[in-house]
Amino acid sequence: MQLSIEDLGHRYGALEVLQHIDLTVSEGEIVCVVGPSGCGKSTLLRLAGGLERPTSGRVMLQGAPSSDSLNPLTYVFQDFALLPWRTVAGNVALALEHHHLPAATQEAIIADVLARTKLSEFHDAWPRQLSGGMKQRVAIARALAVRPEVWLMDEPLSALDSQTRDLLLEDLVDLWTRTPFSALYVTHNLAEATRLGHRIVLLSRRPGVVRSVTTIELPLAERERHVPELAAIAQDIWQQMRDQAKAAEREMLHD
Amino acid sequence: MTDGARRAVPFRGGGFRYRPVRAAGWVVFVVVLLLWELGSRTGVISPIALPAPSQAAQALGDLVETGMLWKHLGSSLYRLLGGWLLGTAAGMAVGLTIGLVSLARAGLLPLVSALFPIPKIALLPLFVVWFGIGEGSKLATIAFGTFFPTVIATMGGVDGVDRNLIRMAQSFGLPYRAIVRQVVVPGALPATLSGFRISASIAMVLLVAAEMIGAEYGVGAYILMAGALFAIDQLIAGVFLLSVTGLAVAWLIGRAERRWLDWRG
Repeated sequence: MQLSIEDLGHRYGALEVLQHIDLTVSEGEIVCVVGPSGCGKSTLLRLAGGLERPTSGRVMLQGAPSSDSLNPLTYVFQDFALLPWRTVAGNVALALEHHHLPAATQEAIIADVLARTKLSEFHDAWPRQLSGGMKQRVAIARALAVRPEVWLMDEPLSALDSQTRDLLLEDLVDLWTRTPFSALYVTHNLAEATRLGHRIVLLSRRPGVVRSVTTIELPLAERERHVPELAAIAQDIWQQMRDQAKAAEREMLHD
Repeated sequence: MTDGARRAVPFRGGGFRYRPVRAAGWVVFVVVLLLWELGSRTGVISPIALPAPSQAAQALGDLVETGMLWKHLGSSLYRLLGGWLLGTAAGMAVGLTIGLVSLARAGLLPLVSALFPIPKIALLPLFVVWFGIGEGSKLATIAFGTFFPTVIATMGGVDGVDRNLIRMAQSFGLPYRAIVRQVVVPGALPATLSGFRISASIAMVLLVAAEMIGAEYGVGAYILMAGALFAIDQLIAGVFLLSVTGLAVAWLIGRAERRWLDWRG
């Protein structure tokens, strides 16, 4: 399935956040959105998944949905968003319960996604007992459980330390290599974007407009061996956004 | 350092840390009782002002023997539990509604804020007029008194639920009712349970006050009667019963917290 964002614009009161955004995520493609802080990256993601209503423009899904997807547009949040009063398995179950699947099917799905995220032994652990990286793995397992058509990832690795981030990044590459998925991946980390993105969309400072789109042809699985090339691409994007990032950092925060 | 001599860095951390000392509480209890008993026996404490603990225990024993203990305690516990259950059940429902529905908040919160600070004892005569001198007015007073703190605690709990968790639930397509049941209510539970502690102590105060106005049985009535008859040993026995009841209630709430909030660790 293909996600198309068409001439999207958004404002909070008088504050223009996004302007004329056109963006397509094709089947099996990871599109990374980068930009200086406060450029409306996260707003874009909320609009894309229908958590917020855009002021203008629209978001369209195209193509036949696969029959077993329970939640075509599924988020992974920066702060993991796990329910602290549910165990690891319970948190995954939360996304399934209202579909009223047979109990055995639900258990099988949970066991499968926990195995795929290397969490099987943490089935009954509480979120408070897990490190940040493990919590984000639980959130990824929860997303896997509903078989998304498009993943909407809001800085999923930004709350983690750099070692954990690298490990999880490898896991994401593995997951994608085994079963390619489509994703709109918002990040401020250019190394992440160049490691994961088939295309990297650079947004300008508020109001956010698309400034450039960089396509990286190198297959994800091979990128590990091409670090210098990726770093050069990241450097190139950084040159484009540097001045704006500098200005954004000095800006007063709204509300 | 000019002299260049080697010396250890002096330790200056430590302290300001709580460590459990298990027996201390009991020892203090026993020591206070012993001193009190000793004071009464030696005449330092006048028996007219304060009877010896042994005399109070005697009065308590009489209560048990005559079977009046269960009559008084039973009436009190019935009123306490009945009124508290009515008040907290209604309070949780209203608090949840105010927390979830903008119209309910706009409409009801000012009313709640206006009624909350009234000492409910002041309304007791009114409730006697409305519900009669019997059980009705006592249940109503306790229910009314526990209702408002529960509303405020539950509402605060709902407000405190992480909005991002709600957004997460919406993003997985959970229906409204499921979001309320699986996210909002459990998220508000810690605040609601600490509200229980407050409402339970308010219920105790109102129980005694209500029983002092026209009740035949009940710990409050027993204490009032003992005071009128100058039977201070019985009075102390009644106060002891209240203390034990309060401890039991606090223990029960502690159990409930451990049972429902075990995820906090």
